[in-house]
Amino acid sequence: MTAPAETILEVRDLVKHFPLTQGILVKRQIGAIKAVDGVSFDLHRGETLGVVGESGCGKSTLAKLLMALERPTSGSVKINGREIANARGGELKRMRRNIQMVMQDPYTSLNPRMTVGDIVGEPFEIHTDVVPKGGRRRKVQELLEVVGLNPDHINRYPHQFSGGQRQRIGIARGLALQPEIIICDEPVSALDVSIQAQVMNLLERLQTEFNLAYIFIAHDLSVVRHISDRVAVMYLGKIVEIGRDSEIYERPTHPYTQALLSAVPVPNPEGRETRERIILQGDPPSPANPPSGCHFRTRCWKAQAICAEQEPLLQIRSGSDHPSACHFAEALDVVNAQ
Amino acid sequence: MVEVLSEPVGGGSYEGSLLEVDDLHVEFRTRAGVAKAVNGVTYSVGAGETLAVLGESGSGKSVTAQTIMGILDMPPGKITGGEIRFRGVDLLKLPEDQRRKIRGEGISMVFQDALSALNPVFPVGWQIAEMFRVHRGASRSDAKKKAIELMDRVRIPAAKDRVNDFPHQFSGGMRQRIMIAMAIALDPEILIADEPTTALDVTVQAQIMGLLADLQRERNMGLILITHDLGVVADVADKIAVMYGGRIVENAPVHDLYRSPAHPYSKGLLESIPRVDMKGQELYAIKGLPPNLLEMPSGCAFHPRCPYRRDNCVTDVPPLYPISGTRGSACHYWREVLDDGSR
Repeated sequence: MTAPAETILEVRDLVKHFPLTQGILVKRQIGAIKAVDGVSFDLHRGETLGVVGESGCGKSTLAKLLMALERPTSGSVKINGREIANARGGELKRMRRNIQMVMQDPYTSLNPRMTVGDIVGEPFEIHTDVVPKGGRRRKVQELLEVVGLNPDHINRYPHQFSGGQRQRIGIARGLALQPEIIICDEPVSALDVSIQAQVMNLLERLQTEFNLAYIFIAHDLSVVRHISDRVAVMYLGKIVEIGRDSEIYERPTHPYTQALLSAVPVPNPEGRETRERIILQGDPPSPANPPSGCHFRTRCWKAQAICAEQEPLLQIRSGSDHPSACHFAEALDVVNAQ
Repeated sequence: MVEVLSEPVGGGSYEGSLLEVDDLHVEFRTRAGVAKAVNGVTYSVGAGETLAVLGESGSGKSVTAQTIMGILDMPPGKITGGEIRFRGVDLLKLPEDQRRKIRGEGISMVFQDALSALNPVFPVGWQIAEMFRVHRGASRSDAKKKAIELMDRVRIPAAKDRVNDFPHQFSGGMRQRIMIAMAIALDPEILIADEPTTALDVTVQAQIMGLLADLQRERNMGLILITHDLGVVADVADKIAVMYGGRIVENAPVHDLYRSPAHPYSKGLLESIPRVDMKGQELYAIKGLPPNLLEMPSGCAFHPRCPYRRDNCVTDVPPLYPISGTRGSACHYWREVLDDGSR
């Protein structure tokens, strides 16, 4: 929204192909799953970039690449100007301090045999120089208080907490090392509706308090819009459209974004009979064998010969005010977009 | 009773709604105590009508559906009261062989997770055809032919070639279509869909909801849609029953509920939806946590989280106050809630 602040994360042409092999003793590579296939974007300090897309579009692999949990096939990820994708050993460890993650499922991402104090304090065991040993317990209690949990519950186990509280534990763990970037991979989708709003409010408060930058991955478009400054739409390993939230939601130019927005059910029954819907046919193609040219052309109603021959680049075209990867990008008012 | 049921489907002469759940109580005996999952649920659905049952996990919406279908695990489950009337006949009093006949032919169900609801070691066509073999005594080849027709009907491309494929060879959306094909195989009058699209992507969700709506129109089925998604409800429901802590806290025609909710819980849910004009502001959040079924709060189960709470909410369980002929709210102060309106 504001003028671009300092760029703290720079992603360029990021590619991750998972090899498909055949054979038991002698493994031959017969192809590759193109999970992330040339993704570039910048993230500024204190900003939230929403990433939306359907399952299999590569958004979770993207998160793992940014965390250096997976090594990219090619491309670069720079945090504060320093390359993390090829960092090793002590350097990687130091860089990871700056980028932390909140996982989707608070039921499986917390070790059931560790107390809350151990879970939230574990980052300090790994990065021993952050907080001196004697002060760790107090620091953990502070963190619990920051995320709205009772600091006296430090010795409890995860099963003694509800889903929303567990997600708060996961957030406290993510905050422990005072990172500048937090990747939230579907942080509210496992929670009950009445609890989602509580966790969203917490994430927004923490962002203001600590000037955090978020990569907010989710499939719920209204949640993404609420929290994001900019939104990237992914389809089969590529960003097909990126822009400010109002640009994406009010003037989407890529047919896939338009279809995605119009498919979201609107929580208001008024006028539902006359509402126009773009209903896509079929399922997304397999990322092991994506269509030539534009990946979306097999489900697109605008597809022409050029779409099969030439891959559309993510750029600003005459019909749009923000980058879109469609030869025929044209703003369309999708009334549904909430 | 038996006479009514042995009549061909559609030949009943019952006057009321097709399916009526009346003051149903279900509890689970666990080691930690008795969990009261359903505490007096009443709702009804007629032919061609869509009832949405809205609620969070633990609200009792799925247990009610399982009880209607007669697939509740007993024990630990136990039905402690109430009636479920289908065409005026109380299903809970019928012997198992009678209920079995109703399951599939009278009332049928689509589950949330198609991958675990389908048998992984049999081809999908075989599983659909099983409905005809078991219920109608069809021959193998006839049953298979009918299975292909059904797969076509639920718009599975190249149904003929895919009839012998196994569940894992289909995508999530296609598996859900197969579940729907099985559910509608015997032309049920009531279809219960328990979170049918929760595990699916938005674009596929739109396809499946469209398919369900088409089938419902074509067959004049009553549809019970169980969901937590306020968007899906607004899209398809005729009327809504909002559940909380095993009870119905509000029932209303869909437009009324979204325009002016009459229970603080439904109002809170509607207000916590992120909206464009609320961007950058704090979302309204219902404070606190859903109730623990083992230790239900006294009085109104919602009182610890309720902004309208008064002293009598802690002591008196609110009945479902009638607001109009088609609406009810289980809140002592529903007038106030209604007057405040939605944002």
